[in-house]
Amino acid sequence: MLWDVDLDVPTGTLVGIVGPNGAGKSTLIKAILQLVPVLAGEIRVFGQPYEKQRSRIGYVPQRESVDWDFPVNALDVVTMGLYGKIGWFRPVRARHRQKALQALDRVGLAELATRQISQLSGGQQQRVFLARALVQEADLYLMDEPFAAVDAATESAIVQILKDLRKQGKTALVVHHDLQTVAEYFDYVILINGRVVAHGPTPTTFSPENLHKTYGGKLSLLEEVAQQLREKR
Amino acid sequence: MQELLRTISLTDYNTRVVVLGVAALGLACGWVGTFMLLRKRALMGDALSHATFPGICVAFMLFQLIADGGGKSLPVLLSGAVVSGVLGVLCVMWIRNQTRIKEDAAMGIVLSVFFGLGTALRGIIQKMPGSNSAGLDGFIYGKTASMTSFDAWLIGVIAMISCGVLLLMYKELKLLCFDESFAKGVGFSTTRLDIVLMGLVTLVTVVGLQAVGLILVIALLIIPSASARFWTDRLGVMVLIAGLIGATSAVGGALISAVVPNTPSGATIVLTSFGCFLLSLIFGIRRGLMIRQRTLRKAQQEILLRAKL
Repeated sequence: MLWDVDLDVPTGTLVGIVGPNGAGKSTLIKAILQLVPVLAGEIRVFGQPYEKQRSRIGYVPQRESVDWDFPVNALDVVTMGLYGKIGWFRPVRARHRQKALQALDRVGLAELATRQISQLSGGQQQRVFLARALVQEADLYLMDEPFAAVDAATESAIVQILKDLRKQGKTALVVHHDLQTVAEYFDYVILINGRVVAHGPTPTTFSPENLHKTYGGKLSLLEEVAQQLREKR
Repeated sequence: MQELLRTISLTDYNTRVVVLGVAALGLACGWVGTFMLLRKRALMGDALSHATFPGICVAFMLFQLIADGGGKSLPVLLSGAVVSGVLGVLCVMWIRNQTRIKEDAAMGIVLSVFFGLGTALRGIIQKMPGSNSAGLDGFIYGKTASMTSFDAWLIGVIAMISCGVLLLMYKELKLLCFDESFAKGVGFSTTRLDIVLMGLVTLVTVVGLQAVGLILVIALLIIPSASARFWTDRLGVMVLIAGLIGATSAVGGALISAVVPNTPSGATIVLTSFGCFLLSLIFGIRRGLMIRQRTLRKAQQEILLRAKL
C-alpha cells in the first residue's frame, strides 16, 4: 500500500526511486503500469492516461519475477519486447528477430543470443531484460531494481545505457537500492516510505535530513548503509 | 496369440478407431498440457477433471428421466462434464480471490468435494430402477474399448481446434506463461489469454474422460510435457515432442489394455506415459540424468587438468 503520491517527473531525466524494503517502490512502478489497482487519484503519462501511452512505456520487471528455467533463449525473451507492437495473432518475423538481436548487441550479449536463459549469469539475465525493454523503443522506461545483485560489468553496462537514453531525451524511473550510487547515477530522486517523503533534483533532495526522514522510522541511516555495504560483499 | 496379432496389426476396424482416437487425444493433451505446465496450472487441470464427475452423473440422471431409460448419450454426458468442470474451476478461483485460503488448499477442497458429490450421485444412480449405470465407471477409470467412431471424430475435431488456437496464439501464450506482468504491460489481456488456455484444457480433459478416466486424465496432460522438457530447451520443439510422447503413450496404453484382460485403459495409458517419462529422465539430451552426469564429469576433469598444469 502506498499513500500520498503527488509528483511530477520531468522528461529527459534519470529518476531514482529510493526507500527501505517494503516502502512501495515497486508498487509505484506497478501502479503506473496498472498492474496493481489505483484506489484513488490518477496517473498521467506524458499528460495522457496510461492506456493511450502504453506503447511509449518500456518495462524492466524484477529479475526474480519470472522462472528462468523457461524453455526459451535470450533472443526469444528480447523479441517479446516487440509482441505488443506486432499485435494479437500476428507471427514474429525475421525482421523482428533482427531488431531484437541489435538490442542484445547493445547490452553486449549478441554472442549469447541462442543460449537458454537459465545458462546465463544473473547479470546477463538482467541485461536480457534491459534489452527487451530497449527493443520497445519507449520514451519512458520503468525499471524495477535493475541493479539488484548484478556484477560490476553489468552495472556499468546498465549505467551506460541509462546515460544513452537520457542523451536521446528519454525518461527512466529506476527503483534503486544502493544509496552510495544514487547521487552518481540519477538527476532526480524520489524518496519513498509508504508515502512520498521527498522528491526533486538529486543535489538538493538527496540530503541527510530527507534520508533520515525516509529511513529513520526503521533503521538509522548509518546502520542501513553499513548493512548494504555488508550485503555487497 | 492370434488375437494379439490382430490387435497389434490393426486389422480390426474397432481397434483402428480406438488407436486413431487416442492418438489424437494424446497429441492434443501433449500440446495443451505443455502450456498448462508452463503456466504452473498443472493441478488446476486435476481439480477440473475431478470436478466433471457430478456433472456427468446429473446429466445421466436428467437424461434417464427425460428419455425414460433410453440409455446414455455421450454429448449430453460431456456437456454435463463441461458445466461442472468449469464450475469447479470458478469455485477454486472464487475461494482464492475472496478468502485468504491459498490456491492449493482451494483446489484440494473443490477436487474432493466435487468428486465426493459425484460418488454419492453414482450411488443413487445405481439404485435407480431400470437404469444401467455401468457406463459411468468408464468415465472414472477410462475405457477405450467402447470408443465409437463418433467419439474418435469428436476427439479429432478437438485436437484440430487446439492445434489451430495454439498456432494462432503461440506468441501470446508463450509470453503469458513466461512473464505475465510484462504481457499486461505491453497490452495483452492476460485474463482473456488464461480463459483461452483453460478453455483448451477443459476441452481436451472432457474428451479424454472416456479414454483415460477422470482420475487419471491429468497424467496425459502433465507427464508428456514434463518428459518433453528433458529433450529440448526450445518451447516450440517441446510442444511437438510432448504431442508425440502423448500420442505414443495413449496408443501404447490402449493396445496394452486391449490385449491384457481386465486392465482399465486409464491405468495402462498412465503407466505407458510413465515409461516414456523414465526414458526421457535418463536419456533426455538436454536435461536427462546421463547428459548431466557427463557434463559434470567433463567439468571435473577440466578442473583436475588445470590443477595439474
